[in-house]
Amino acid sequence: MNVELRHINKHFGPVHANNDVSLTVEAGTIHGLLGENGAGKSTLVKILSGFITRDSGAIVLDGQPADIRTPADAMRYRIGMLHQDPLDFPPLPVIENFMAGSLPSLQGEDGGGFFLNTRAAEREFKSLSAQFKFDIDPRADVSDLTVGERQQLEIVRLLACGVGTLILDEPTTGISASQKALLFEALRTLSKQGRSIIFVSHKLEDVEALCDEVTVMRRGQVVGELNLHDTRRDSSGHLSIASRIVAMMFGKELAPPVKPATRTDDIALHLDGLILQDDRLTIDVGSLAVKRGEVLGIAGLEGSGQQDFLLACAGLQSPAAGSVRLGDLDLTHKPYPAWLNAGVSYVPADRLRDGLIAGLTIQDHFALRLSNKGGFVNRAETLAAAEQAIATFNIRGKPDTFVERLSGGNQQRAELALMPTPLNLILMEHPTRGLDIESTVYIWQQLIARCQGGTAIIFASSDLDEIMQYSDRVIVFSGGRVSAPFDAASLTVDQLGQMIGGKF
Amino acid sequence: MRTTSPPQTPNFYRVGAFVISLGLIVLVIVLAGASPVTVIGSMIGGAFGNPDQIGRVFATLSPLLLCAAGLVFTFNAGLYNLGVEGQITIGAIAATFVLRLAFPEGATASIVPPPIAIGLAILAGGIGGVLWGLLAGVLHVYGRISEIFAGLGLNFAATGLAIYLIFGPWKRPGVASLSGTQPFDESLWLGTFGNTEATPVALILALVALALTIIVMRRTYFGLRLRAVGKNLRASYVLGIPARRQLMSAFAICGLLAGVAGALQVAGLFHRLIPNISSNLGFLALLVVMLVNFDPVWILPVAFFFSALNVGSLQLPLSLNLESSLAGVIQGVLVLFALLGRGLAQKYGKRA
Repeated sequence: MNVELRHINKHFGPVHANNDVSLTVEAGTIHGLLGENGAGKSTLVKILSGFITRDSGAIVLDGQPADIRTPADAMRYRIGMLHQDPLDFPPLPVIENFMAGSLPSLQGEDGGGFFLNTRAAEREFKSLSAQFKFDIDPRADVSDLTVGERQQLEIVRLLACGVGTLILDEPTTGISASQKALLFEALRTLSKQGRSIIFVSHKLEDVEALCDEVTVMRRGQVVGELNLHDTRRDSSGHLSIASRIVAMMFGKELAPPVKPATRTDDIALHLDGLILQDDRLTIDVGSLAVKRGEVLGIAGLEGSGQQDFLLACAGLQSPAAGSVRLGDLDLTHKPYPAWLNAGVSYVPADRLRDGLIAGLTIQDHFALRLSNKGGFVNRAETLAAAEQAIATFNIRGKPDTFVERLSGGNQQRAELALMPTPLNLILMEHPTRGLDIESTVYIWQQLIARCQGGTAIIFASSDLDEIMQYSDRVIVFSGGRVSAPFDAASLTVDQLGQMIGGKF
Repeated sequence: MRTTSPPQTPNFYRVGAFVISLGLIVLVIVLAGASPVTVIGSMIGGAFGNPDQIGRVFATLSPLLLCAAGLVFTFNAGLYNLGVEGQITIGAIAATFVLRLAFPEGATASIVPPPIAIGLAILAGGIGGVLWGLLAGVLHVYGRISEIFAGLGLNFAATGLAIYLIFGPWKRPGVASLSGTQPFDESLWLGTFGNTEATPVALILALVALALTIIVMRRTYFGLRLRAVGKNLRASYVLGIPARRQLMSAFAICGLLAGVAGALQVAGLFHRLIPNISSNLGFLALLVVMLVNFDPVWILPVAFFFSALNVGSLQLPLSLNLESSLAGVIQGVLVLFALLGRGLAQKYGKRA
């Protein structure tokens, strides 16, 4: 099926998530959709699969306009989406998951048979699975399957529903290499059968290996398209496919460093053989020493393990192996309060979810910082602390302003103001995401002042300019792998692009 | 032609919901075949007509205040502590246990002076409530069970224990009955205002508990941390607040106050253990605290109003041939619409 999205627009409040986006996917091709988190690619495929309704624009299937407003509409047009977290029902066995959702071939014309025909479903499940060499026991419980197997189940279910267009959202995260090979083989087969496949991904490697065409999005707009067959044939250009795509994803040349030298020779943080694990990734950090006064930037596509790394350095996640030492102090597996006492501070990306407490005022937050105190709140003292911080950090708010009423920039300033002094280590996610230039510059001034006092800072950012401007050294995360540290001054776009794409 | 409705202030929804709830209550009364004016008159008469009735209002108010004060802690910690009923029951069982020890069957006088026996009984009730509250807390905080189900399950367990005791080890000499254990000797009864059911000790304890609750929630680091944990558990933890300890403390404090309420039901009102010793006042306290949006300052007037409704409605079957459960309908409608108004105000209300 030929899929065309024409001039799609979608707003979420003030955010223009899709700005006049057009995309054409021809039948029988695999189309990669690339972009940073927040670039608008998820919004776009959710519009196509009916999870989000568009503000304007048209969906055209095989030349006919299609009215898609709900996932059920999308299924009627034979569009199926494989979500990053498989949409299954974990306590149920595989075969019941397979039967959930309408299976036209098993339920007669109206698609609404009353009784379950488990035997027919099992036959169909086995024949479809065999076609793609998937090997799942239909009687197993879904909760016992790996992410890769749940994905296979979902693909088979969608095929049984007769999808002609298959959308996959980050399908290669958290699955094994052999499962990935199997998945790619299945996708190639499906495209040869004339189905159109949309492959949403962060991973340049995978896109390079699999896709026929690539569309790159940034800030809600399409910023580039590339036919990979043509590009592969045309080897005259010296830039690799990965570098060209990275250039499209992040835009222009990298900014030059602006940070003064603050790095000393003393070691602030020492990681030794560190291995982290979450449900999707195993992250092999290895060994790393961060110096006092140093700023270490973490580049990489989002969800490559940066957050686990920061949480582990903050004492909020226990490593699977290895040790974390702060100066001479071994903090591995120590309770979180010990980390706080050692002068570690973590500033999360989602300020109102993980950092500040909506419903409490600025002054309340300053009182909470004295949380080892008991007894009565000293109002005069906490009021003075809040007023002083508001003046020093130029926060546009009053002591009795609820934090959720502050703008993003002022929330971030409040978080900085709340950090205790002195600190040995600050960990930040996207320190200036969503902030205006003035706040961004101000926040980095404050952070650099901390570095001059000997604090080490580790921050993750999806803004490569920010990383190049403010880091002494840079490490790159890609799908759980971690590069060696590089001096920021010596890095080039091409190097960075290769590394972010997983080549190091 | 296109019209847009002007943005409404949050108060529009709150007041609107209140007005609708009053309308609905009037409608229910009319459908039941009565006139709202006579019903109100009858209820006022039923609650305040004579000293006995006034005494009954205060006898209801005391445990209601104690439970509501306890629930302020759990609600502000973000917990729906439906286990408050069971905590009352366990408090009552513990108090009964102490009073039976103090005055064994066949004895002619209390082993210890009655004021000490009663004091120990109230203390035992508080301890029992704390343990039962902590049990719910352990199930929730460490066992990851929803505190709602943990509380409800423990309520059944507590009621089961009470019934077992009433029909088993503590049964009346001769015949066991649903009417409860053998009443205590009159020397172990808490003193009352005149011949009414209201006991000064219970009222004083309740008012002190409420006053302390207001002070703790508004003025102390403990109260602030509790609110922080209730509003955002994750961020509180990142900020370094010992979240689990805060949650367990909330369960313990609520259990303490509910347990004391249960002990007072035994020592001051029923003078024996009965199966429904809580009189469902724990659930009523949940409604009170939800209606005041967890702010303890407004608990006293609302709890007083609800107590008067409960007692006043007892008159309805006699005077107007109506069900006394009308009080429950009124309380439920008020709370549901207050919550609805608050929800709508949050969703659609524009700040002026």
